[in-house]
Amino acid sequence: MTIAVLVKHVPDTTSKISVSNGRVDEASVSKWTISPYDEYALEAALQLKDSGVGSLVAITCGPTRSAKCLTEAAAVGADELIHIIVEEPLDSTQVQALLSAAVSRSEADWVLCGKQAADTNSGSTGPGVARIIGAACVGIVSEVCTEGDDLVATRSTPSGFERVSVQPPCVITFDKGSTELRRPNVRGIMMAKKKEVIVLTPDDLGVSIGSPSVSIDSHSPPPEKPPGQKFEGANSVPTVVGKLRDEANVI
Amino acid sequence: MEVTIIADVADGSLHPVTAQLVGAASSIGGVPTILCPGGVGASEASSITGVSKVVSVEGACFGAYDVGAWAEALEPLANGELILSSASPSGRELVASIGAMKGIPVMQDVTEVSEGISITRPIYSGKAIEQATVSPPCAISIRANSFDDPGSEGDAEISTVSQSGDIRISVKEALAKASERLDVSEANIVISGGRGMGDPANFEHLYEISEIVGAAVGASRAAVDTWEEISHSMQVGQTGKTVVPSLYIAVGISGAIQHLAGMRTSKYIVAINKDPDAPIFGVADYGIVATWEEALPVLKSELSNLVSN
Ligand SMILES: Cc1cc2nc3c(=O)[nH]c(=O)nc-3n(C[C@H](O)[C@H](O)[C@H](O)COP(=O)(O)OP(=O)(O)OC[C@H]3O[C@@H](n4cnc5c(N)ncnc54)[C@H](O)[C@@H]3O)c2cc1C
Ligand SMILES: Nc1ncnc2c1ncn2[C@@H]1O[C@H](COP(=O)(O)O)[C@@H](O)[C@H]1O
Repeated sequence: MTIAVLVKHVPDTTSKISVSNGRVDEASVSKWTISPYDEYALEAALQLKDSGVGSLVAITCGPTRSAKCLTEAAAVGADELIHIIVEEPLDSTQVQALLSAAVSRSEADWVLCGKQAADTNSGSTGPGVARIIGAACVGIVSEVCTEGDDLVATRSTPSGFERVSVQPPCVITFDKGSTELRRPNVRGIMMAKKKEVIVLTPDDLGVSIGSPSVSIDSHSPPPEKPPGQKFEGANSVPTVVGKLRDEANVI
Repeated sequence: MEVTIIADVADGSLHPVTAQLVGAASSIGGVPTILCPGGVGASEASSITGVSKVVSVEGACFGAYDVGAWAEALEPLANGELILSSASPSGRELVASIGAMKGIPVMQDVTEVSEGISITRPIYSGKAIEQATVSPPCAISIRANSFDDPGSEGDAEISTVSQSGDIRISVKEALAKASERLDVSEANIVISGGRGMGDPANFEHLYEISEIVGAAVGASRAAVDTWEEISHSMQVGQTGKTVVPSLYIAVGISGAIQHLAGMRTSKYIVAINKDPDAPIFGVADYGIVATWEEALPVLKSELSNLVSN
């Protein structure tokens, strides 16, 4: 069996996001990393691998810099690294077409990804890829294991938490789990540096991505809030409650 | 423009965001047809002002929570040039699946829509705002509380259609029921506690206040991770839930950037923290420098007075 994990290279969540000329200024981002939920997907994929289910292929799609997240995945145990290289920004439809083609090429039975990426915050990719490759999709999962040929996932639904089973092919989108994420050791880091990254272009995958169907008009910083008012001590609580009623009209 | 709205019925009843979707459609002159998965909430949906038709979509697939199967059943009926759902987890999955089936663009978590179609949505957890144009046909999920509810003066015709979808997920075991308490992502007022609450038992104060004003209780990740009693479903922030209530009250929460990511777009923010330099004060409209031990009893009595008057 092959397990694929989709990892996206995004600004670390503590990075400041600045905007220049109507676009998020990627050059000013101080630290890039694997998107947080993808780390949980990666950890779950590593656990499946450790339990002998199969080998692990990490796939990313993005510009040259994003190869780094594959090396991070290799350092904790990814066996094969696939980088779909596209320098220009893509919309979700294009990303899904490319990732789906790479997943099919790797003949993965299970595809693990994040419930949403830290930059787009969308949550389109997992269900979209599932649709394209004809797989089932289980969303908002915190844990997985196998039982025979089935995958058993703990997921959150509007009515609570449940354990569900699903057969391959399947896409699982990950939420934050309660498992500790493993950190790479020195040996892992050294090995990862030497590991080959398979670089593929859209042409290599036989995908013609066309032009984006969504055009980004502008990015802007979030609207400035008027400076807040600060009060000292618990005896200011009645004043604040009064303001919530009279100024803000929220209670 | 023909608009297809997929009602949010994931928890077995018509979610109020459905009326807001009608508000969104009407704001750009759209004529909405509402699809009610599993027939849930059809008569309630028909009374929303501005709705032209309601289709009660029946089928065995709606008996299971397998959004992929729902998408198969709904896709042939989603004929609008614009397809709208709520930006809840099931709503996002529905538009993503239907979008991929139809090969049309999908925009998630949209907070403003204007003709064109132009959309506004937060990206990077609200650290930036994206303005984009997408030409119909397209599918969009809308963030709750972004549009006004148009009222319930409507009387749209209801038709019933049977559809099928392939259920591929089977439930082995229910682990925990969602709490009866209001969920943070749905509430209009959220009061959250952090590590500064000192002990999970002290969250009882937050529950008491939440009952007075009909709020949901949330938590920081430090609270959720430290105390088993504080459920993961309460976590607000980057790796928790994003909330946009009218009022967010943060108690004993420092205001780490990942926490702010989940709540900074709330309309009004109140912070109670004993440290005058806590970063949470940077986003608070009203900051109270005090311990919760001193502040919460006063807050409780002030709010009960207000509500009983
Ligand atoms: C990838 C990643 C994702 C994350 N995602 C999230 C997320 O989704 N949500 C989230 O919340 N965090 C998240 N975090 C964690 C975040 O960085 C902080 O560690 C966390 O938010 C801190 O929680 P806290 O404010 O409750 O605790 P602390 O930072 O310990 O703050 C406690 C506060 O309580 C105050 N206090 C203490 N005693 C009292 C008292 N008696 N009365 C009043 N005030 C008091 C203190 O002054 C202090 O400001 C994430 C971190 C990472 C790295
Ligand atoms: N360019 C990409 N490369 C690799 N994985 C991606 C990419 N875009 C999205 N994903 C995966 O899909 C998830 C959801 O992304 P999104 O739909 O953009 O919110 C992410 O958490 C990743 O696991």
